[in-house]
Amino acid sequence: MKLLIKNAHVVSDFYDMDKLMDVYISDGIIKEVGENLDYDCEVLNADGNVLMPGLIDISCKICESGYENKDNVIRVSESAAAGGFTTLTTSPNTLPIIDNKSVVEYVYAKAAAGSVVNMFLFGSMTKGCEGVEIAEIGEMIDKGVIAIADGGASIPNSETMRNIMLYIKMFDVPLIMQCLDKDLAGDGVVNSGYMSTKLGLKGNPIEAEEIMVSRNLILAKHLNCKVHLTNITGINSVHLIRDAKNEINGDDKEGKGLITAGTCPHYFTLTEKEVDNFNTFAKVNPPLRTQRDVDGIIQGIKDGTIDIISSGHMPAPFDRKNTEFEKAAYGISSLETSLMVSYTALVKSGVITIHELADKMAKNPAKILGLRTKGMIKEGMDADLIVVDVNSEQIVDSSYFASKAKYSPYDGYKFYGKPIYTICGGKIVGKYL
Amino acid sequence: MFRRKDFIGLADLSKDEILNILETAETMKYVLSQNNKKVPYLSGKSVIMLFYERSIRAKLSYELAAQYLSANIVEITVNDGDDRHSNINDMGRTIEQMGGDFIVCRHPMSGSTKFLAERVKASVLNAGDGINEDPSQALLDLMTIKDVKGHFDGLNVVIVGDVAGSRVARSNIWGLSKLGAKVCVAGPPTMIPVDIDKFGVKVFYDIREALQEADVIMSLRLQKEDEYGSKLPSFNEYRNYFKLDAGAMSYAKEDAVIMHPGSPDTRVEISADLVESKRCILDDQITNGVAIRMALLYLLSMGRGI
Repeated sequence: MKLLIKNAHVVSDFYDMDKLMDVYISDGIIKEVGENLDYDCEVLNADGNVLMPGLIDISCKICESGYENKDNVIRVSESAAAGGFTTLTTSPNTLPIIDNKSVVEYVYAKAAAGSVVNMFLFGSMTKGCEGVEIAEIGEMIDKGVIAIADGGASIPNSETMRNIMLYIKMFDVPLIMQCLDKDLAGDGVVNSGYMSTKLGLKGNPIEAEEIMVSRNLILAKHLNCKVHLTNITGINSVHLIRDAKNEINGDDKEGKGLITAGTCPHYFTLTEKEVDNFNTFAKVNPPLRTQRDVDGIIQGIKDGTIDIISSGHMPAPFDRKNTEFEKAAYGISSLETSLMVSYTALVKSGVITIHELADKMAKNPAKILGLRTKGMIKEGMDADLIVVDVNSEQIVDSSYFASKAKYSPYDGYKFYGKPIYTICGGKIVGKYL
Repeated sequence: MFRRKDFIGLADLSKDEILNILETAETMKYVLSQNNKKVPYLSGKSVIMLFYERSIRAKLSYELAAQYLSANIVEITVNDGDDRHSNINDMGRTIEQMGGDFIVCRHPMSGSTKFLAERVKASVLNAGDGINEDPSQALLDLMTIKDVKGHFDGLNVVIVGDVAGSRVARSNIWGLSKLGAKVCVAGPPTMIPVDIDKFGVKVFYDIREALQEADVIMSLRLQKEDEYGSKLPSFNEYRNYFKLDAGAMSYAKEDAVIMHPGSPDTRVEISADLVESKRCILDDQITNGVAIRMALLYLLSMGRGI
């Protein structure tokens, strides 16, 4: 299987983006990058568009087995390809819960049978994702999980958390942590503040995130444990992470990569105001925050405090959204909008460069997850690539989503940066012209 | 003129719309004072009372209002465990197919009546949704205030108690602010909604300070004691700081009146002798409640030409 991509502006630390380059792929590996390459094989003309490394997601939610109306592995992978993601990871708090080696084997078998993109699993820290008893982490790692995650909410007991951080040290995998104090968040469904008071909805205070960010940072620093704090939503959390990184890494922002953090596009483009009129499409967990938080997240992205941007894709089916707000499922269908939203909000507006965006959506996730052959365009790396049209305007229309979750808070919004070809393992898996 | 299909909340209504309802309610109050209380405005129309929460007073008030207007009335109470019918969307469709013209809905989730209203052709009246709004209760409060004080401009209204957990409080805040009254709230900080000051509402933790300027004092109904968890040590302690009694009222103006949504708990909310005193205008509220609900049904039916 050979492929030659012609006439692309390559986003890579190793090549000049101003020039039109060709990329030759053989056996799923990038063999050569250069000008005016000539090989006798299938040719894909990128036509002057941008070639980026395939995006890597930490972490979306896949619903398998029995839920006909929800996205399964195959559907999620198609949705990922359409959004430019060539590597997916899934949180353990899906169905079945990924907390033992049998489920790991089962989901990997499903993925191997039908996924059009690379798929890796995260194992649960605790049995049943209940946050109480430590799961058989080693067995899951032996079966191929690449990270261990708490799955949606923090482990309430600090001793349990500390023990997990200690135990994980004998394996070389990161801990993926969603920082949320379950007791404090209570049954809050929106950010605690102006909108919760206006609509009479129970609030989930930002302190619930900050407290667990602090605790997890303190434990990680003491135990020298590699942690990734995912789905960060608040400005004060960004401050806490920045301080912790400075303390550990000194001036070296990249540092030892002991502490890393991520967010999702909706946390730097939308505010709690979106839930006005009881708009369930904006009901996400953690909830959308205020403009001040949005500004703080963008600052964190700019100065490197936030290392990665992931989709936060959680495809609750439409009928679970088409109901009373309190009853409605959390979730957002975001694999197919993440790149566009991020490109427009961050690169087009001049906050970061396209190279930095590629770092945050491909290189850094690869580094955190230990995927050494992914995340960059360079000879010898895996041929996971996307051709992106950064020049023409796209209007979001969720009815065309590959995901079964055909809704989006961005419906009708205009963005730039739509993937037009997705290549995974040297094979064209999606063409979206 | 009232041109809406539904009556969902005071947050959506304009000042003129609110005043229009209050005026119409005065006419309905006249009807209520007659020996023969029947008027034919809703003759041949059906009003469905769709209640997802237990209610005695609101239901009685709405039912009588609909009966005085000659409507057909059906009452449905959906229990928590009754899963098959708990889907409000399905219920709405069913009612519609059976020819319901008005749905009076009370539901434990905020925003649910709006959700229903957007999905049915029938007129939906919000009889309380979660902790969002209880707009007819607020309108009857407004009507009572207007009857007693004659105006709203610059009037100081103090809302006392569990403001965060009260839909009546929210509706009253939106309504009173639109009509030019000054609203403040008093209660333990754990019972005050976050950022309420951003809506122009002043917050007091000391009831004595709050009462000094008050023209109208609204006491709210507390939930059951054990529902407050760590928000409140006990009703015993609450009583020491926020119960309306002769001691607290000594800080208030002579002509300040006291209101309550009904059946006040004389152990913690308002003292028994205050409830029996002239300052307490509970009975007026109850009568006005029927008049307001008649006015709402009447205006909605006229607006839609049915």
